[in-house]
Amino acid sequence: MTEILQQVVNALSLGSIYALIALGYTMVYGIIKLINFAHGEIYMIGAFVGYWTMRVFHLDFFVALIAAMIICMVLGVLIERIAYRPLRQSTRLASLITAIGVSLLLQYTMMRFVGADPRAYPPLPDYMNQSFNLGGVVIKSQQLVIIGISVLLMIGLQFIVKTTRMGKAMRAVSQDPEAAQLMGIGVDRTISFTFALGSALAGAAGVLVGVYYNSINPFMGIMPGLKAFVAAVFGGIGIIPGALIGAYVIGGSETLVSSLGFSLLRDGVVFAILIAILSLKPTGLLGKNVREKV
Amino acid sequence: MKLTRRALFGTTAGIAIASTLAACSASPGGGSGASGDKIRLGVNYELSGPVATYGQASVAGIKMAVKEINDAGGLDGKQIELVEYDNKSDAAEATTLATRLMSQDGVLACMGPATSGNFKATIPVADDSKVPVVSGSATADDVTVDASGLKEYAFRICFNDSFQGTIMAKFAAENLSGKSAVIVQDNSSDYASGLAAAFEKEFTSLGGTIVATEGFTSGDTDFNSILTRLRGQSFDVVYLPGYYQEAGLIIKQARELGITAPVLGADGFDSPTLLELAGAAPLNDVYFTNHYSPIDEDPAVVEFIKAFEEANGEQPNAFHALGYDLGKFVIDAVSRASELTGEAVKNAMAETKGFTGVTGTFDMDENHNPVKSIVVIGLKDGVQDTSEKVG
Repeated sequence: MTEILQQVVNALSLGSIYALIALGYTMVYGIIKLINFAHGEIYMIGAFVGYWTMRVFHLDFFVALIAAMIICMVLGVLIERIAYRPLRQSTRLASLITAIGVSLLLQYTMMRFVGADPRAYPPLPDYMNQSFNLGGVVIKSQQLVIIGISVLLMIGLQFIVKTTRMGKAMRAVSQDPEAAQLMGIGVDRTISFTFALGSALAGAAGVLVGVYYNSINPFMGIMPGLKAFVAAVFGGIGIIPGALIGAYVIGGSETLVSSLGFSLLRDGVVFAILIAILSLKPTGLLGKNVREKV
Repeated sequence: MKLTRRALFGTTAGIAIASTLAACSASPGGGSGASGDKIRLGVNYELSGPVATYGQASVAGIKMAVKEINDAGGLDGKQIELVEYDNKSDAAEATTLATRLMSQDGVLACMGPATSGNFKATIPVADDSKVPVVSGSATADDVTVDASGLKEYAFRICFNDSFQGTIMAKFAAENLSGKSAVIVQDNSSDYASGLAAAFEKEFTSLGGTIVATEGFTSGDTDFNSILTRLRGQSFDVVYLPGYYQEAGLIIKQARELGITAPVLGADGFDSPTLLELAGAAPLNDVYFTNHYSPIDEDPAVVEFIKAFEEANGEQPNAFHALGYDLGKFVIDAVSRASELTGEAVKNAMAETKGFTGVTGTFDMDENHNPVKSIVVIGLKDGVQDTSEKVG
């Protein structure tokens, strides 16, 4: 029983991280139908910004978190402005390939400056290093921080999308960009805002992962990026609550597979889920079949 | 478009012809690496790329050894000259460079590459050119001998992986009186599976049992679920063959989950990054096998460490020590060779008896592997605290 509960804690922490990354994927897809493969790299850069804020400037964890979110926000907007906006009218394949290009560019530029070796996060304050033993189930304060911050950020996101004017604009653009423009919505500005929001979440995830696993490197974004993508597709890409559900399902199934003793099949199972969902219900768990309007 | 493609073809063809010409004009059949008053040795190492730290450290060691010999007047009045190339941690590049060293630069012997895969890629070239290649750190079991037989021109001066697993099993059973063990192995590397197999074989033959085997792949960062699985079982030691990148995180997460059993590993643990990744407190009761320990009190080792620190301003690691021994070993073989040809140097290497270096004293066996002892290092708060020679 304690083993099961412990695995639930493990799954929740993992799922929360995927959720933060998957939300960015799904928002960007929802609004411009682009799978932003550079998203995993924004998460990686967030981890490094957090690392430098803590190691070089000796600032607190929460300051590092906010710094990473701000810098990733700027980076996300810049990438959209420089790499994606000029291609917005071209084929979707062109933007997709550009996204992969941006992703590789960020990985290798980073490797040029920091090297490929993993580095450890700076030591954390004591309140981040405690662990609580509840009848055999060990809960680390870092796990609580990860789950807590993820949930807070997700509630914040929901608030922005559902109640603010900008959120309304986002929803309008995602339904029909041209009609939205005719209604006087600044489409470019809305898209930039979406990238800013998604990238900030990825940056936060980067810092949380750095703190939790204590190991960062320029290629750390690849796998979580792909898995978050699977999570987004699972829940129905473009649908925010779907990404959330997908992320916890992916985190949960990874933990389940390992806890049954098949740890080597873990990644395989995640991608098998992707294939299964694409062939059984391509629109994802919460997706609706939308008939093509002619 | 058509025009561009033709232009491109033209250039490629031009380059191809130029390089063929260059290869032709170079003196064929290397191994005559003594031009006038110099002896030329090749250095083919990973100076950039993912395993650059190994290559750079090895080369620093080699250079120190060569400098010592040259400062003392060289070998029979001849200075040793190193021809150094960076194989970018790439096997294809390593092969190309081996060819260049042997056919164009005419070296007498080649040192490196550091990792088994890259080293193996240079062996066919060595056999063709009759120039020996020696690695200081290629530890895979099948480097110098495999199913197709002995590789005549390949040597190494480090023990092989399975030997590390065997020694660690002995250490676990005898020194730590372990009766049961779990193995957590990196399934993505031959290195780790070789170690795990050797450990299991020796540990069970000494009467121990392997309670469970768990696997991970390199690059993983979350080990909580496999460790939670292990936590429910009872065992005396954890054998963790793998590299420090993952080992550091596994040890940290295991200790956080309350697994206190001793953790045993191999030379893949030997990096300052291990301490950074795991933190000091989890690194107690952690033991690993290695080629050399900086806390060894052997006078030769102490002297080497002192000289190295003076020259380089840092404490030497195992790769520095192996590089140093490699340089000394190759020069020793050249000095014993009947004539200055690759074949004679190869024969001298094969006949090595009682060579003493900072990583131990060894004879070369019939499979071109050294017969040497292993050091088991114990960590206390992440710092090397004990070292014992076993085997």
